[in-house]
This record gives sequence, structure tokens and C-alpha cells, in this order.
Amino acid sequence: MEGFGVNFAFWTLSAVTLGAAGGVVVSRNLLHAVLFLILAFIGVAGFFVLLSAEFIAMAQVIIYVGAISVLVLFAVLLTPRAGRDNGETAMALPALLLAIAVATVFIFVVNDTNWTTVAKSPELATAELGTALLSTWVLPFELASVLLTAALVGAIMLVRSREEEAEDALA
Amino acid sequence: MSFYDSWSAIMVAVIAGFILVGTALIATRLLAPFARERGKAVSYECGMLPIGRNWAQVHVRYYLIAILFLIFDVETVFIFPWAVTFIDLPMFVFYEMLVFIGVLVLGLAYAWRRGVLEWR
Repeated sequence: MEGFGVNFAFWTLSAVTLGAAGGVVVSRNLLHAVLFLILAFIGVAGFFVLLSAEFIAMAQVIIYVGAISVLVLFAVLLTPRAGRDNGETAMALPALLLAIAVATVFIFVVNDTNWTTVAKSPELATAELGTALLSTWVLPFELASVLLTAALVGAIMLVRSREEEAEDALA
Repeated sequence: MSFYDSWSAIMVAVIAGFILVGTALIATRLLAPFARERGKAVSYECGMLPIGRNWAQVHVRYYLIAILFLIFDVETVFIFPWAVTFIDLPMFVFYEMLVFIGVLVLGLAYAWRRGVLEWR
């Protein structure tokens, strides 16, 4: 799977993802930073497609672009008096140093690792995943729905205050 | 089906989307008249000057809507591998998914019963 198209897509995606990640740090408006973060997530989904991991790309779009970014947006919107500034902070220099240190470690590890390349891509096809999920792993699969329902009920219990219950009782 | 066959359509759609939004943004810059005046930035042109910051607290009820979206968003991830494969699998696989969705519908029914879905 080599060729001009794949190389072009890789470099374009790299530029978009890195540019968006830089935008998250640089942009002054906090909501703009979240939008840049979403663009970076989409770029990562594109990388998964290039690695022929379709299901992970799909999950990346649904979970990160859909769910996580909504969570981040609501965290920004619901925080009182937090302001929408992505303002200056005294931690800028330590954070930069930490980021450089982490990047250095990552680059060394990536360079040192003996990456084995396989002739045929060992992709986990989405259909195989579905078959496994519904035959061998059906109990955890059903438990996942119970977990989701528990999260839903828990969220309702948290948000619905006692006063609102009293109002409902009166009405 | 090769890699290019299956993904070129999405590639074209992505590029077309970026071009559409980009041209819309650039065209407004080029075509629309802009009058840069200080008064235009004020909230009420003929009213009192607003005091404080332009920060409105979002009601907590939005949080529940977001959580509802989140739950069914994650459900989609589970439905997706089932949807591409259940035709070739025995019939009980279909009922397994019905149980999965049924449990979530129970949660939705509870939310409905508690009046979460009503906007007051």
C-alpha cells in the first residue's frame, strides 16, 4: 500500500493534525481551542484509516470527535466564572519543558524499537470483531449495555436535585 | 476491493467539505461590506452599556442532554460491528442485539418517566 496517494495523505494529515494541535495551545479563545482539538482528533482518525484499522478509525470519530469533545465543550460551558480565555499561566515554561522531555523519550523509544513489518496487514476486520463480540464475548457485550444504563441513571440522580423533585411532587 | 476504491469517495467528500466551508468564509470576506465602527461591537446599540463580562452560565439541564447523547453515541460503537456482520450469523445474534438495545431503552424510559426529556 505504497504510492503517491498514501504519501500525500500521510503528509497532509500530519500537517493538519500538528497544526490543529498547535492551535489548541496557541488560540486565545477556549472554545476555539476545543474546536482545534476536534480537528486534531479527526486527523488521528485519518491516520488510523491509513493504517487500515477501519474500526478504530470509526471508533475514533464516534468516541473522540463525538463524545469526548462534547464532554470537553460542556466542561467549558458549565464551569462558572472560568472565563473563555486560554490565558497566560505561570506554568507555561514548566509545561513546555515537560512536553520537550516527553517528546524526547518518545522519539528515542520509537527509534530504538525494532518494528517488525508484516507482509499482510494483520487487520482486525470489523465483521470478525462483530462475530467475536456476539459469540464468545456476548456476556461482556450485554454487560456493557447495563453499564451504559447505570451511567444514564446515575447522571439523572446527580442532576435532578431535591428541590426539583419537590416541585414535581407539587405539580 | 482495494484501499483506494473503498476510501477515495470519503477522501473526495472530505476535500469537498473543506473547499465548501473555505470558499464560504473567504467569499464573505471578499463580498460582504464591513463597516468597522466601535458602536457595532456593543450589545445594545441604543441601550445601556452592559456591565461585567459576556458570560452566561449554561443551565445544568444541558448536561443531561449531553449525557444522553453520550450514552447513545457509545451504543453506536457497539452496534456498528454487529450491523456489518449479523446477516451472515445465526438468528439468535439478532436477539442478542435486541436485548442490548432493550436494556438501554429501559434507561431511556426511566429518564422519560423522571421528566428529564421535558424542557421546563
